[in-house]
Amino acid sequence: MAGLDPAIPPGTDTAGMAGSRPAMTDGGRAGGAFLTRLVLAATLTLLASIGWAAEKHSGYDDAGPETRAMQDDDASNPGFLWVQQGEALWSERIGAAGRSCADCHGAGHVAMRGVATRYPQYDARLGRPVTLTQRIEQCRIERQAAPPLPPESDALLGLAAYVGLQSRGMPVQVEIDGPGQSFFDSGKALYTARQGQLNLSCSQCHDGLAGQRLGGSVIPQGHPNGYPEYRLEWQGMGSLDRRIRNCMAGVRAEPFAADSEELTNLELYLGWRSNDLKVETPAVRP
Amino acid sequence: MLLPLRPGPARATPAQVAALIAELVGEAELHDGRVKLDLPVMVENGNAVAMTVSVDAPVSQVRSIDVFAEGNPLPHVLRLQFGPRAGAARIATRIRLATSQTVIAVAKLADGSCWRDSVDLLVTLAACID
Amino acid sequence: MVRVLINVPKRVKKGEAFDVKLLISHPMESGQRRDAMGEAIPRDIINSFVCTYNGEEVLRADLFPAIAANPFLSFAAVAEESGTLVMRFTDDHGTVQTETVNVTVE
Repeated sequence: MAGLDPAIPPGTDTAGMAGSRPAMTDGGRAGGAFLTRLVLAATLTLLASIGWAAEKHSGYDDAGPETRAMQDDDASNPGFLWVQQGEALWSERIGAAGRSCADCHGAGHVAMRGVATRYPQYDARLGRPVTLTQRIEQCRIERQAAPPLPPESDALLGLAAYVGLQSRGMPVQVEIDGPGQSFFDSGKALYTARQGQLNLSCSQCHDGLAGQRLGGSVIPQGHPNGYPEYRLEWQGMGSLDRRIRNCMAGVRAEPFAADSEELTNLELYLGWRSNDLKVETPAVRP
Repeated sequence: MLLPLRPGPARATPAQVAALIAELVGEAELHDGRVKLDLPVMVENGNAVAMTVSVDAPVSQVRSIDVFAEGNPLPHVLRLQFGPRAGAARIATRIRLATSQTVIAVAKLADGSCWRDSVDLLVTLAACID
Repeated sequence: MVRVLINVPKRVKKGEAFDVKLLISHPMESGQRRDAMGEAIPRDIINSFVCTYNGEEVLRADLFPAIAANPFLSFAAVAEESGTLVMRFTDDHGTVQTETVNVTVE
């Protein structure tokens, strides 16, 4: 069925994705249903051939021209206020160990090049996947002997933005083979499960209805390739955790706890789903 | 979660803005032109709307630029005055717009003349609040 | 102290206008929002911005709550000799913050 719905990224297992396509006519009108499918297939083929909405694409493409312009000019991209902070923190000696990120890693723009493309990633020692933000916190606690930064704090977003920037323009390359597979499967199950009072799954909107509009906004495919990002609706910088929790509140579901196993598994799935898209951190989105 | 409700009057009115402009312009006549207000007609998010205001005149001749938003609770957006080290009579910034409305720019020149430009825009609300 | 990011060209030509772009990390609380308890959140913005170059004024701006959070300003300055751009921001509490950046005229 994925072939009929080009908005679903290729390779996605669509089993259980009820409602991801518009309902077809009932079984009593077999001829009409066949003709409808034929027209639909022809239309989708035509649209796919002109590249409309069919391919995997970044939320950047769905944003308006002014929003894109804001991201394109580093001097006007508010995300760089956080990058600036992250860059300063990279060299700050802290904690009982009196150590900065730079003391172990060296220059951020050298050592962190490409790093963000591989997160979330499976951590053999912890036996579970970790996000980039969790990795930063882990380093602070274990190697700098410093307290963790509060979630969604400017400092943590700043460090994540600074590290993420060092992968800007590089393709996302999240790996899910080997021990990470079961966590990936959990994440994918969360992505395709209906939830909340509105009883919607992520997949229904971001696969099935991506490119259409909700209110005045174009529904994006929901790729996390620009996080942490500056969101105009937030009037500030935020993490993928925050965005997912907002979405869940939007369908009137109890949001997963910040930094929870569910969020991490879901982010592993989303990261893999965005593979080959270019990192855009710090992105600007409406 | 922050609620977008207002304690005071919901919106300014075109009449209020007209009065502010009349006060600004004084005895001079207000002409259309020479000042250019650049704003997108379709606004994706009213929290941050890119705006450029420029005046077709040497910057040394430009006394001030004022921008008003008729549909905002507080209509005065910006006042600008240029000094001797200004390179051009132009500024770009981002503004907040509460709703679909008309935004007006008024420039006063050294010769006492006053010029005006306006843009009518559509502001859509975000589908997902927060 | 708020974070400020200033962008000017590394070198500018004598007497030729050049762009100054800045970003200021500030919520620019408009005074129009209410919190979860329904209480009005008080206005708290940067209300004034003055830029000078080697002591002469480039521009001054009165900012109002309709200026978006994390303000972005882009304007043109012109220099005859190398020197320092000084930017002064005043907020609703009367706090004045000064930022400087050197400009090299070739």
